[in-house]
Amino acid sequence: MTAARWFKMYALGYLVFLYAPILLLPIFAFNDGTIIAFPLQGFTTKWFSQMFGNATLALAVKNSLIIAVSSAVLATCLGVFAARAATRYTFPGKGGIIGLIMLPLVLPEIIVAVSLLGVLLGLGVSLGIWTVILGHVLICTPYAIAILNSAFQSLDRSLEEAAYDLGESRLSTFRLIILPLVAPGIVSSLLISFTISLDEFIIAFFLAGTEPTLPVYIFSQFRFPQAVPAIMALGTILVLLSIMLLAIAEYFRRRGIAKSGGKDTGGFL
Amino acid sequence: MKRPIIELENVQKYYGDYHALRGITTTIGEGEFFSLLGPSGCGKTTLLRTIAGFEDPSSGVLKIDGKDMDGVPANVRPTNMVFQSYAIFPHLTVEENVGFGLRRDPRSAADKARAVQEHLEMVGLKGYGKRAAHALSGGQRQRVALARALILKPKVLLLDEPLSALDKKMREQMQVELIRLQRQVGITFILVTHDQEEALVMSDRIAVMFEGQIAQLDDPETLYRLPKSRQVADFIGTMNFLPAQVLSETPDGFEVEVAGLGRAALTARQAPGRPTGDVAVGFRPETLTILYEGQQAADRESPGIVEEVVYYGDMTYYDVKLDGVAAPVRLSMRNVFGRPVLDRGTRTRVAWAPGALVLFR
Ligand SMILES: Nc1ncnc2c1ncn2[C@@H]1O[C@H](COP(=O)(O)OP(=O)(O)OP(=O)(O)O)[C@@H](O)[C@H]1O
Ligand SMILES: [Mg+2]
Repeated sequence: MTAARWFKMYALGYLVFLYAPILLLPIFAFNDGTIIAFPLQGFTTKWFSQMFGNATLALAVKNSLIIAVSSAVLATCLGVFAARAATRYTFPGKGGIIGLIMLPLVLPEIIVAVSLLGVLLGLGVSLGIWTVILGHVLICTPYAIAILNSAFQSLDRSLEEAAYDLGESRLSTFRLIILPLVAPGIVSSLLISFTISLDEFIIAFFLAGTEPTLPVYIFSQFRFPQAVPAIMALGTILVLLSIMLLAIAEYFRRRGIAKSGGKDTGGFL
Repeated sequence: MKRPIIELENVQKYYGDYHALRGITTTIGEGEFFSLLGPSGCGKTTLLRTIAGFEDPSSGVLKIDGKDMDGVPANVRPTNMVFQSYAIFPHLTVEENVGFGLRRDPRSAADKARAVQEHLEMVGLKGYGKRAAHALSGGQRQRVALARALILKPKVLLLDEPLSALDKKMREQMQVELIRLQRQVGITFILVTHDQEEALVMSDRIAVMFEGQIAQLDDPETLYRLPKSRQVADFIGTMNFLPAQVLSETPDGFEVEVAGLGRAALTARQAPGRPTGDVAVGFRPETLTILYEGQQAADRESPGIVEEVVYYGDMTYYDVKLDGVAAPVRLSMRNVFGRPVLDRGTRTRVAWAPGALVLFR
């Protein structure tokens, strides 16, 4: 009885700690004052209009979206190839190769960023969006592989053989049977990679050159107190977008499970 | 012999160092219901997958319908497979599953739809076409898998333990349906199973496999009555063994002395392995009969004592220790109204016939 109450309070405390700061975002986004402190100064939407009128911010958002979408697509493509190879084929040194691909998962990002910067500068590559994409693909791919591996692993091998046996080619088997069945995994991989790339700071900071990305821009703006409320407004919009994204991902995941008759285990929501 | 549809000539298969198929040579006829029977790991699936084209033989020749299959991939071979897991495409409907193989067929959509309906009807799934495939029961999946494979009109249908995932009742029902289906379509069925009863019930011929080799290939009755080795005899049903000695070999048979039974003359047919010296004699439980008071054996009889009684309702199994033999032999009696089941320890006489004995090395 008391133990149960303690657990309840613990859970509640955890949730407050997790979400209270996020709840502050919309509160101060609509607060008519540049100081992030109570008491509130009154209601305003001027921070939102200020944010939408900011050309640098718009550029940062555009860059970040380009980077996140490209990184997500590339990492997921690489993830599909790697997961397919890891689950279907045996080749010498397979364990080691897969291990090395997964390593960036635990490698400190700062190390990846610094070493990449060194190599790129050494090669004379000019920094910009594409170098950030390169770095992000590197760190997103292990996540993509982890997600896609489980999708490919749960695929019964005889499904492929059955399609092949019924006259399809290897390629059409992949398109007609494998892709639809791992589609939920692909969607998850795209969304996770997109999210990781979108708020990645260290690699973007080192490799972006003069191109701003969203997290780098936000960080730079915190030096100016008058810019902070607009950042709060931006944060509010990002939180809403994240919730929408998560809901969409969950919808596709559930639909995928329902379609293939699997049992619902785990998931986000 | 019917026209051969599958010819295997010294087919060998290595997985790395592991020798999975050790020289398979056999011919399977058109329209035959052929079974591959053997314990787990003996290479049944490997042989089936080799015929299907999923595995390449390391050496040897495989011909289907007279054509050498070397370099012919699975998707163009005139064979289709029913997988052990059924491999029903879970994201498609029953209809889409059954019609999957017709995608490249030049026929019109209406003709294809008609073919799908015909085949659904053939396997007893009329009206199930629009269902989601993942919502079917095990038996229904099995039928979808059959229809999906048969719609391509293969020359040979390959079935890898198709009934092992079903419960006993469903299995027995599907056995009968498979036989009916095979007669209806008239093509060769090759069935892999480790269930000897299933093989005996369904097959025209059975190849018993051990360790990558065919130990015996015969029709069910010959296989049951005249197994060529103790290993085959042990694998198929129950067989009693008694030590024996060959006393003399005559042009048309053997004279043997069997422990507990005495002297008997056997024909050459009863000794498929042509053994000599110290041998064993085998016989099935149902070839022995307990003699009750006043009954006479039609041929021979031997005395013994009932050691164990296992009552099955319709049958009773007795373990009887024949005089002069250490190990008991098992015999089965159909329970008939008015005939008492014997108690343990009863002295009794057992009737047998020399013609039911088989001689082993
Ligand atoms: N792809 C493979 N690589 C290595 N060894 C294999 C492979 N496939 C099968 N084997 C081995 O070959 C042997 C025969 O396998 P197979 O699957 O043909 O047996 P089976 O008779 O079908 O047995 P079961 O009744 O268990 O299905 C087994 O010892 C198995 O371990
Ligand atoms: Mg097998």
